[in-house]
Amino acid sequence: MRKQILKYIEKKSKVDLKELAVLLGTDEVTIANEIAEMEKQKIICGYHTLIDWDKAGVELVTALIEVRVTPQRNQGFDRIAERIYNYPEVNAVYLISGGYDLLVTLEGKTLKEVSQFVSEKLSPVESVISTATHFILKKYKDHGTVLVKKSGSERMPVTL
Amino acid sequence: MRNPLSKKVTDIQPSGIRKFFDIVSEMPDAISLGVGEPDFDTPWRIREEGIYSLERGKTFYTSNSGLKELKTEICKYLNRKVDVKYDYQNEVIVTVGGSEGIDIALRAMLDAGDEVLIPQPCYVSYLPCTILADGVPVTIPLQEKNEFKLTAEELEAAITPKTKVLIMPFPNNPTGSIMTKEDLEPIVEIVKKYDLFVISDEIYSELSYQGDHVSIASFEGMKERTILINGFSKGFAMTGWRLGYACGPKEIIEQMIKIHQFAIMCAPTNSQYAAVEALRNCEEEVQEMRESYNQRRRFLMHEFQRMGLQCFEPFGAFYVFPSIQEFGMTSEEFAMRFLEEEKVAVVPGTAFGDCGEGFLRISYAYSIDDLKEALGRLEKFVNRLRSERC
Repeated sequence: MRKQILKYIEKKSKVDLKELAVLLGTDEVTIANEIAEMEKQKIICGYHTLIDWDKAGVELVTALIEVRVTPQRNQGFDRIAERIYNYPEVNAVYLISGGYDLLVTLEGKTLKEVSQFVSEKLSPVESVISTATHFILKKYKDHGTVLVKKSGSERMPVTL
Repeated sequence: MRNPLSKKVTDIQPSGIRKFFDIVSEMPDAISLGVGEPDFDTPWRIREEGIYSLERGKTFYTSNSGLKELKTEICKYLNRKVDVKYDYQNEVIVTVGGSEGIDIALRAMLDAGDEVLIPQPCYVSYLPCTILADGVPVTIPLQEKNEFKLTAEELEAAITPKTKVLIMPFPNNPTGSIMTKEDLEPIVEIVKKYDLFVISDEIYSELSYQGDHVSIASFEGMKERTILINGFSKGFAMTGWRLGYACGPKEIIEQMIKIHQFAIMCAPTNSQYAAVEALRNCEEEVQEMRESYNQRRRFLMHEFQRMGLQCFEPFGAFYVFPSIQEFGMTSEEFAMRFLEEEKVAVVPGTAFGDCGEGFLRISYAYSIDDLKEALGRLEKFVNRLRSERC
């Protein structure tokens, strides 16, 4: 049941408990309890909205910043990651295997805000060796949702 | 000039609700719940495999009975899913959709005058295909009180010395009815007792919502007298690829391959390559689609109950078959008025046999949002009819 609930709200977090109960063949109370429990256990960490800022007419950029760092004694990457993720403008921080260490994303910022963040906040941090900032030019798909326009169904209206 | 047409063909009645279909297709703004194919696109990995086969220049015929690779996968799949073991070399033929399988199975098995038992309501091709194969169709009207399952009594009552083949269309289009292991047991007894053959159309087997689908071929002594028809259209959302298969005893499959060889040559090559991927790696995608259909099914049942519309709970395919008998009109009248007044298209039950009178086929191969809108309109319509009547 948990997995089914999660699968559903992963795509559609605006949950109508009554409707979800019908779809999963159970009752509202069960669903509500499961969700409350998963919120408490931080399995469900938040309910965010997927926004296509382009369509909203707001000209903001999304930046992906590759960061190479020197890990710190006893702390590994955690301490430095914390220093970065505590900035409210940072959207996500991932530890990455391969050519660099941390991937930092900034979303919905102006170009100036991003460059300021990189030059004034991120680069000066002692353990940061280098950064490479990439800007997203177009989002085709985000969070499993295709954002570019899809043509309508070509099914015939009635088939037996 | 002489009459260019065959009497056998001209005698076959065109679907009585042709007129209704024509009106629907002229109304582009209508919401349709009349579609008999999945709303999902074919899973990308399958499409990708089809594209790759084109890139590699797989543009030639395959062997008549189909690609060895695909036939092998079909056998593994059936063994895994319904616990029946087929030999890919002698007992499998890949066809152009399940529909071709039905056609050539009947043609391979029937002599003039042989009777074919067809439980109705059912898919529309069994009857004309029987006639085209010189057989005599004998319909068995199934009943709502039995959830449109075939019972041993109904079957036995329809058998004559000329009966040769029984069509088993489960999970059923249009009713959504399924036959469980317990439901099939008494049928198997009768089939053996009267030495009948079965054409089991299991095209909706992946869409079973009450335990796994059970094939009649899996019963002791039944593989020898069953042609199992299945395909990729419904479960794998591959309608346009036109790919199905038939499995059965070597002697029948051999003759089916003969007809197929002369009429078709082979099923589309690229579809066959794509289907290999479908059987190998798409369990998860299929499971997700099944879960999605099941949610919609529950939603519809809940809505019918709320508006007091009588409907037995179906556990297969992607159709529900509510009764409209309370309104005192024919299925076609109801469907026509519903279309005109609320701009929603549903298929009258009579499209699937006379015993579909008093019912509608509603497809749930649509998103929940579409279904919500359409059901909202149905409720409005039903309430209006009820107030008219009192």
